Amino acid sequence: MIVFDKIFKLYQMGSETIYALRDIDLHIERGEYVAIMGPSGSGKSTLMNLLGCLDTPTSGTLRLNGVNVGDLDDNELAEIRNHEIGFVFQTFNLLPRSNAFHNVELPLIYAGINTDERERIALEAIEQVGLLDRMYHKPNELSGGQRQRVAIARALVNKPSIILADEPTGNLDSRTGSEIMSLFDLLWERGNTIIVVTHEEEIARHSNRIIRLRDGRIAADEVINGATKSATPVAPDIQRK
Amino acid sequence: MNLLNELFEGAKVSWAAIRANKMRSVLTTLGVVIGIVTVTLMGTAIQGLDKAFLKSISAIGSDVLYIQKRSWFSDEPWWETRNRRNITIEQAEFVAKEATCAEALSIQASTFRTVKHGNRSATMVQIIGGTEQSAAVSSLPIKAGRFMSADEVHGARPVCVIGSDIAEKFFPNEPALGKRIKVENASYQVIGVTDKMGEFLGVLNLDHRIMIPISRLLTDLIRREDVTIEVKVKNMADIDEAVEELRFIMRRARGLAPGDKDDFAINRQDNFIKTFERVSATIASVGLFITGLALFVGGIGIMNIMFVSVAERTREIGIRKAVGAKKRAIMIQFLIESAVICLIGGVIALALAYPLTLLLRNWLPASMSLSIAFLALLVSAFTGMVSGFFPAYRAAGMDPVEALRWE
Repeated sequence: MIVFDKIFKLYQMGSETIYALRDIDLHIERGEYVAIMGPSGSGKSTLMNLLGCLDTPTSGTLRLNGVNVGDLDDNELAEIRNHEIGFVFQTFNLLPRSNAFHNVELPLIYAGINTDERERIALEAIEQVGLLDRMYHKPNELSGGQRQRVAIARALVNKPSIILADEPTGNLDSRTGSEIMSLFDLLWERGNTIIVVTHEEEIARHSNRIIRLRDGRIAADEVINGATKSATPVAPDIQRK
Repeated sequence: MNLLNELFEGAKVSWAAIRANKMRSVLTTLGVVIGIVTVTLMGTAIQGLDKAFLKSISAIGSDVLYIQKRSWFSDEPWWETRNRRNITIEQAEFVAKEATCAEALSIQASTFRTVKHGNRSATMVQIIGGTEQSAAVSSLPIKAGRFMSADEVHGARPVCVIGSDIAEKFFPNEPALGKRIKVENASYQVIGVTDKMGEFLGVLNLDHRIMIPISRLLTDLIRREDVTIEVKVKNMADIDEAVEELRFIMRRARGLAPGDKDDFAINRQDNFIKTFERVSATIASVGLFITGLALFVGGIGIMNIMFVSVAERTREIGIRKAVGAKKRAIMIQFLIESAVICLIGGVIALALAYPLTLLLRNWLPASMSLSIAFLALLVSAFTGMVSGFFPAYRAAGMDPVEALRWE
């Protein structure tokens, strides 16, 4: 589903050229549960931005569902993000002035879905994260865990190909953090493709494949929990449209 | 559908943003309010001025031609017109006899004198000498009695028709008809009173005057025989032909040779209106330019605050882009926000300008027309769009990665 072929990403810092990613080859299939690990400066964030179509590679080809992302302009990338990617951030990144419901329906607004349909789909997503009773509260009236649930509902709402979580437990205490990870586990079992960027080994253990980055290169790519979780493959009934 | 969703979302977000920053929004709006108030008032004042002028000028009558020695608004140098011959009664009567274009024609002259009745007196009263047709030519509204007859004019009878101010002053509690008023040594019997007519261009009170037969005026009050021939044309559509006909007759009456220049002028209301329109256009453009500057400053204020708004909501922009907002959606959101701020300013401005217009009515027949109100709202929304454009453009062009990283 996602194919990285000889991806390089370079940044120009003054006169110095920084290789954020060097020669990355990577395949991620539908239904996988992948953790991306690495120390800071290893290229984790850059890789995440590319996976999320927030950015395009300097060279190499990146295909998402067969589409060459490098060829797309800003508006086409926005459309891809809208349809294919669901983001969950460390700092939640909810709109502070909007209630949970509005935050969840936001991607649907940009997808051009009408009000009634929007309400139905958003409620469904909110129900999946178990927040129906809090959906008219604003982010500052919710706990950290509840905020992250809102963010997850927002990521789910457009039935994306990938749910992309960047340090989703980074701002949560360990108990809430493990609740959130259980939610990801559940979503994966229901057939979603999940990619988690983390530096915590314990979080990464939830996945069934760990990709380790170092200095912009893939240092290791190992399948774990292979015997248990991947033994129960899930039908990809999550396709949009 | 997409665009509609985005517009609706934009409106919702703008309203929330404005409410969240009440103080800032109010202060920003103030600039636009002041701008729109001044522009609206200027527009209203100019409309009022035009209306006042046209109302005032109507005393001249659009279908009346005035044959006089000099032009009202002439480019001719004064030394060429200074020594022109007077227009005599004889010439005027020749014109009256020959002209076919006239529905009514009167011969008039006037002077200013003190008028007395008993121990009351009025100074600087305009004494107009006219003929029996003067009422028809000038469309005089007769309130009581009648106008002068042809016999009274030919017989130079000492009769007069008085203006309403004179009637009120001299005969506050009794009918004026049949009474006598005195101008210098002669006394005139009141046979008619005109209705209130107001002022002409704010300088000449049309009710502070009396009309007597011209024959009487020329014997009693002025020696110099120089009259104005006033011609009310039959058909307004043929007024240009009428001018030509009268010109031809006048040249004959004054015995001009074919090569000679006209030594008289045919004046009409049009001349007044054309001249006024030039003045009015100048006032309007200067006035609107200056008040437009106020609006411009207001617009700069909006632009400034929109840049602040965009900067402090960088992360929000990043979030929206991450979940799929295209450039257009972000652009719309901020354009609507600045347009809404300006529209609110426009509404407040109209609410303020309306009572000010009523105040203005003490000097001008000003009224805030619906078109001005509508225009003001349109201008304010436009100002918002224009001032919001660059901030919105900056927002739309943000890199989502950078925007999400913003603290």
